[in-house]
Amino acid sequence: MNRSFSLGGLLRRPEAGALLGLVAVLIFFSIFGGTSFLKIAGMSSWLNVAATLGVIAIPVGLLMIAGELDISVGAMVPAGAMTVSIISGHLGLPIWLGIATTLGLGVLVGLINGLMVVRTVVPSLIVTLGSLFAVQGMVLGLSVFITKSTSVALKTEGLAKILLGDFVFGQLQVMVIWWLLATAAYVYFIHFSRFGNWVFAMGGDKVSARNAGIPTERLTVTLFVLSSTSAAFVGMCQAILYNSAQVAGGQSFIFNSIISVVVGGVLLTGGFGSVIGIFFGTITFAIVTQGIYYTDFDRNWSSLIIGVLLLLAVLMNNTFRRAALSYAPKHKGAK
Amino acid sequence: MAKPIVKLTNINKHFGPIDVLHDISLEVNAGEVLCLLGDNGAGKSTVIKTLAGVFKPSSGTIEMDGEIVEFTGPRDAANRGIATVHQFGGTFPLMSIGRSFFVGVEPTRKFGPFNIFDRKTANEIAVRAVREFGITRIDDGDRLVGGLSGGERQALAIARAVHLGARVLILDEPTAALGVKEAAHVLRIVLQARQRGLAVIFITHNVVHALTVGDHFAVLIRGAKAADFKKGEKSREEITDLMAGGEAMAELEAEIKSYSAGQTPQAN
Ligand SMILES: Nc1ncnc2c1ncn2[C@@H]1O[C@H](COP(=O)(O)OP(=O)(O)OP(=O)(O)O)[C@@H](O)[C@H]1O
Ligand SMILES: [Mg+2]
Repeated sequence: MNRSFSLGGLLRRPEAGALLGLVAVLIFFSIFGGTSFLKIAGMSSWLNVAATLGVIAIPVGLLMIAGELDISVGAMVPAGAMTVSIISGHLGLPIWLGIATTLGLGVLVGLINGLMVVRTVVPSLIVTLGSLFAVQGMVLGLSVFITKSTSVALKTEGLAKILLGDFVFGQLQVMVIWWLLATAAYVYFIHFSRFGNWVFAMGGDKVSARNAGIPTERLTVTLFVLSSTSAAFVGMCQAILYNSAQVAGGQSFIFNSIISVVVGGVLLTGGFGSVIGIFFGTITFAIVTQGIYYTDFDRNWSSLIIGVLLLLAVLMNNTFRRAALSYAPKHKGAK
Repeated sequence: MAKPIVKLTNINKHFGPIDVLHDISLEVNAGEVLCLLGDNGAGKSTVIKTLAGVFKPSSGTIEMDGEIVEFTGPRDAANRGIATVHQFGGTFPLMSIGRSFFVGVEPTRKFGPFNIFDRKTANEIAVRAVREFGITRIDDGDRLVGGLSGGERQALAIARAVHLGARVLILDEPTAALGVKEAAHVLRIVLQARQRGLAVIFITHNVVHALTVGDHFAVLIRGAKAADFKKGEKSREEITDLMAGGEAMAELEAEIKSYSAGQTPQAN
């Protein structure tokens, strides 16, 4: 079958809506804010936001494709920041120990989330709502207990600083590189390796997927470990970048990651979506929140734009998905 | 005669205190269609779930090729060649034909150091497999399963089971949601599967469908086997009566008639 480029084929892909949304906000902000946010300095402002969010949004989106939600990422970001700062800042232990403990905490919380979801019939929204609060409480309690404070300073040097919390090319954070690498790896696993097929099958019909021999439980737990470890990683990198960590904050990641994922064309009920779509969705979100600074609008309007964008994206994605469903190739009619 | 592929002997199943199956014995041979008939709640789905490894029987034995087997789960039964296709095909509506066909057994090819899903091969094999069953309208493996008609989805699910080496094909009401033409397609595919030497267990509420494809019939009434007969041994009326749970259908029909006779005739 000839697979030459076709507009119809593009529109039936899960990322079609995300791409159009991205083009729309680019045009919008170019008109109202000029093109300076597309120059290097302006670009790094939204690329940094997109990278920090994107590292979390992709695994959150994969969970959504698989039919699950993880909102505990909102607690894992400050948990990651505080863990590395307490161990390597307050206690003065080596940074590598702080990094290992932080990532270990991410894996642990992910395991707990995943196992609770597969062992009980409690929906993952409720399970991770529970762990969101539990982790928040634990981080606050332990931080105050150990450091008598809710914010801790962290001084990092050498390789850890360069790799995790520094700038490359002026204002661009090293996180952008991590984000691009992670995106490439996820694209491979989800769209090219056989495991990706399992994720989609699981989100489409869990019982059929299990009967087809897919280790649905192990896969679900793995995805939860990925999302919570990614969130801890992001928190850790921010602490290393800004040389300090606070207990508060992080909740914005819950909604922002879900918005990026949904704008990116992932079906809220699972079974449909793409990594590239989430990538575009995240950039779109970041441009709206940062692009507003380049316009004459008050920045408070950005929430309105995001709200409208989200609704439009969902409507558009529904339309495209229906088109994809009803698509049947025309044989003789087309040249 | 060769041993039956599957043989159930005195299967009982209860869920807690509720008895659902009593002493069910059935057998099905290669190249034969067994129609499992019975009213709602008679226990048909429970029989096939036991056979597919979803439930463990409370007592009784399952034999395959003359050897007693105990399924550890649906996966185990599937590995031994028992494939179940549910009413809506049990497939993944938002996946492509090629991808859903190979869920769990994806073909891969080398791409540099990576093993990647071989979309082209998957699509080709999937499309060829359904087309072999006479569904020639399907020719693009990238189409989404959800865009297929009910009969095409059934065909896809059956073709998948056959391709993956099923020896026993269990179809739970495959024609229930289908129009006349689509149902005829599915019945033809059932006969093709039989011709390939599969043992087919076919559940239906439709006497005509049952008589079209069945070689062998078993009727369940309230969890017990009420009748077991071969093609041509009973008339259509007798089978209808049995399916209605043994009550004479003629009596029921007479009763229905008396109701409509008592009503004033409608204007149209
Ligand atoms: N897990 C269960 N626990 C308790 N009772 C059950 C369970 N599964 C089925 N039953 C009961 O067993 C009986 C037989 O159910 P089954 O689904 O096998 O009927 P069926 O013949 O397939 O009916 P239908 O034609 O409506 O599909 C029903 O009375 C049902 O309520
Ligand atoms: Mg049933």
